[in-house]
Amino acid sequence: MSTGAKKRIMREYNECTADTPAGMKINFDEQNMTEWEILLDGPDQSIYAGGHFKLKMTFPTEYPFKPPVVSFKTKIYHPNVSNDDKGSMCLGMLRADEWKPPNKVVAVLRLIQALLIEPNADDAIEPSIANEYKENRKEFEKNAKDWVKRYAK
Amino acid sequence: MEDDVGFESQDKDIKPTKHAYETDFIVYGPQEIEQHQNEQIKEVSNILGQPPESTAILLRHARWNKERLIDQYMEKTEEVLESAGLDESAISHPPRLERVKRFMCDICCEDGPKLDTFAMKCGHRFCVDCYRQYLSTKIKGEGEAARIKCPGDGCNRIVDSKSLDILVKDDIRERYKDLLTRTYVEDKENLRWCPAPDCGYAVQCAVKDKDLPRIVPTVHCTCGHFFCFGCSLNDHQPAPCSLVKKWLKKCEDDSETANWISANTKECPKCNSTIEKNGGCNHMTCRKCRHEFCWMCMGVWSEHGTSWYNCNRFEERSGSEARDAQAKSRQSLERYLHYYNRYANHEQSAKLDKDIYLKTEKKMVQLQTTSKMSWIEVQFLAAASQALQQCRQTLKWTYAFAYYLARNNLTEIFEDNQKDLEMAVENLSEMFEKPIDQLQSLRGDMMDKTAYCTKRRIILLNDTAENLKSGNWEFNVSL
Repeated sequence: MSTGAKKRIMREYNECTADTPAGMKINFDEQNMTEWEILLDGPDQSIYAGGHFKLKMTFPTEYPFKPPVVSFKTKIYHPNVSNDDKGSMCLGMLRADEWKPPNKVVAVLRLIQALLIEPNADDAIEPSIANEYKENRKEFEKNAKDWVKRYAK
Repeated sequence: MEDDVGFESQDKDIKPTKHAYETDFIVYGPQEIEQHQNEQIKEVSNILGQPPESTAILLRHARWNKERLIDQYMEKTEEVLESAGLDESAISHPPRLERVKRFMCDICCEDGPKLDTFAMKCGHRFCVDCYRQYLSTKIKGEGEAARIKCPGDGCNRIVDSKSLDILVKDDIRERYKDLLTRTYVEDKENLRWCPAPDCGYAVQCAVKDKDLPRIVPTVHCTCGHFFCFGCSLNDHQPAPCSLVKKWLKKCEDDSETANWISANTKECPKCNSTIEKNGGCNHMTCRKCRHEFCWMCMGVWSEHGTSWYNCNRFEERSGSEARDAQAKSRQSLERYLHYYNRYANHEQSAKLDKDIYLKTEKKMVQLQTTSKMSWIEVQFLAAASQALQQCRQTLKWTYAFAYYLARNNLTEIFEDNQKDLEMAVENLSEMFEKPIDQLQSLRGDMMDKTAYCTKRRIILLNDTAENLKSGNWEFNVSL
């Protein structure tokens, strides 16, 4: 990784700590600055309220010309998070063809929070969950809350 | 697009007689493709009254849809020019590097008065290193060319080739030009790259996606590769593309694992848990629900009385339904394996034949020295080898095709054709492996058999192609 990229990640970390979105904590290791651990509380107004989620953000060597990779380490029932051991997300600015180099981590964090409040069922990675979200909201909310209790307490 | 002008058909493309299974196509080399592009640019340039360089940008921007470009240009010239980065001010102020006071690059966070920066007309300014790195990631890493957007957040402005020219180094510029040529072929519905490794030819063919259930458009590139214009896979006549896709998926899938399970295991008649028998005793006790039953007849064990290891209650109803389901799954597995084994066998044999082909050349040289035959006279071996390859490729796909055929008279005729071709191929294949000293005396016979194989193949392909075209085949899946 180039010194420019390191400088930028460092700067972004400082920006994030100065202006961390509410309900979020970043564990940053200067020895391994390309992997951030993010602790995220389910937003109050969302069905994930009360849950605590652990995420990993990995910066590729080409950063910031390629987007960071986000994965949920805590299982979550959500149309935009893959329901496997990877818990990956792949939408909006996180996609290589939509990511622009000036995009910032803070914006990614805000995007994740916004998605917890309102999932994007039209750009889902889990079609069956997305379908449930659209067709049977009650069942979806029940399952999501169930998973919060089971995995995110 | 039928309006692609400027190419006269060449002698090699004129075939004396066209068979039902053959498709018209033309092969273009890299220079012809470029020439083709230039002709279109020239034509549109005259209509729009724009210099050829700008016209090229406009055409690429419009994905080479020249009718739409001309329409839109006539309707809203300014807008079209601007979106392609060609508006008036762009021409009066050509793109250049600048140093700007109090600038900080939003990508690398560098600042300083000596930093060279660049921005297109949209005003999203970044340092030249970041701009360069961004373009090289897009061009080298992602293979993009004609549709690279400005790096600015949310900006959809396309990076034009003039801006690109002053930013990137020669190697990337070369790659960019290659990619632009590629997009020309990729944007055109009637053009397709030959998928053979390192082949720079493209094939033009009028067959469209919607025609594919009725036609299998095999084309023959100048490099020697036979491929399907519809899906770019190797020649798969007589099977249409959608069946090929289904078949390959089936062979790849572990759906056959599921079939193995159903053929080698049984479900507990009570709780439906899957059970694999691992001992000799037919008295099964389900581990899950403790149900006791007989593996042979699937009936309740207690009904067996004292006939412990000898199930003679085959007619009892309690077990007959479970047995029916078992038999059905076994039949479907056997049917699949019947076709798969033959498909795989021809594939394997074709590979072996190819090995032999490499030895053929040696044989031809040996034959020349031992028998005083001329080079021309030993060519029959090469011809035989080629015919074998081609016939096996066809035979291989006849089995995938047959797997999806419903049983009727037409299918029977097809199977007869298949059998005739297969016999002809095996006869020739056998001769091919004979020792050198016998080959000379077999020359006439081998030439006859080679011609016969080729003829049988044409008969089979004509029959399938004609019936496919008229929609006569009845498949057990939808195309």
